[in-house]
Amino acid sequence: MEKTMTQQLQKTNVWREVLQTCLPMSAGYIPFGLTCGIMGRTAGLSIFEVTFMSAAVYAGASQFIAIGMLSSGVASWGLIVMTTFLVNLRHLLMGASLAPYHLKLPRPLQYLLAFGLTDESYALIASRSEERGYDATYNLGVNSLLYLIWILATLLGALFYQSIPDPLEWGIDFALPATFLTLLIPRLADRTALIVALVSALCAVLGALYLPGSWYIIIAAVAATLVGGLMERSSSNEE
Amino acid sequence: MKSSVIPIILGMAAATYLTRIGAQLIFSHAGIPAWLERWLKHVPTAFLTALIVPALLLPQGYLDLSLNNSYLLAGIVAAFTAYKTKNVLLTIVLGMGVIITLNKLVL
Repeated sequence: MEKTMTQQLQKTNVWREVLQTCLPMSAGYIPFGLTCGIMGRTAGLSIFEVTFMSAAVYAGASQFIAIGMLSSGVASWGLIVMTTFLVNLRHLLMGASLAPYHLKLPRPLQYLLAFGLTDESYALIASRSEERGYDATYNLGVNSLLYLIWILATLLGALFYQSIPDPLEWGIDFALPATFLTLLIPRLADRTALIVALVSALCAVLGALYLPGSWYIIIAAVAATLVGGLMERSSSNEE
Repeated sequence: MKSSVIPIILGMAAATYLTRIGAQLIFSHAGIPAWLERWLKHVPTAFLTALIVPALLLPQGYLDLSLNNSYLLAGIVAAFTAYKTKNVLLTIVLGMGVIITLNKLVL
């Protein structure tokens, strides 16, 4: 009896935690979703098509690129699908990073949780898991809430695309880097983490300058992860 | 263009899901080797940095280190607040306040 009450309490706390941590993230999600809806309609997609894209693909950057390609007359299935795949390859790295937790779950749940993997959900879940341990309910909650917000924001943007001023003009999209900062700063507690961040920052800026699309994210993340792993190995050899 | 959009969306959805489930499919049989797990520990730090820094330094797609770059100024305020207070809400409210003020009133 007492045990079930504690479990009940933990469950409610997890949902409250989901709301608290997703709130700042959604301040960044909503303007992007709105913009996606607006862009899709401007490119000639119907309200259903652009909302369906958000529901089925659920990957902002690749949706923006695909809409851009469609509106500039590129309608080749292979080209758009291949570009989407390449833009989203970074999920592979995030998926690998969460795999130690996910592989312990039942298969259907693994497949469900994988669908909700985004930059934002990954940032929240990876930080939470290191601070207080992995929690599948928390993961599911974050995934569902962010997914719903993304679809609703797209739908609203698509419905009112003529009357909404460009949400990105105000700089509201700054909410995303600001939220990521609150997750990153506490991680920079030791020398290895600082160097990993430095390598990643340098590669990301160079990559953003000289590489097309969002390749800079993958390059920077892989390079900095490698440096971190190498540093750890050499320091454990010294001991 | 109209009729070909839905198959394109379905193809995009399949390609995206493959990138999301890929790592689990690769590791589901043999598990994750210990050395790889040690490396993967650094992914969150590397990844967060790679998302943040270009968003602040290249908000328009080119390197902008001037005082006209509201993202950079707000980012510095937010980073300092996060470091000093460790308060998520305060960091975001302050950062958003700075950027909206700069974009709408000053710059």
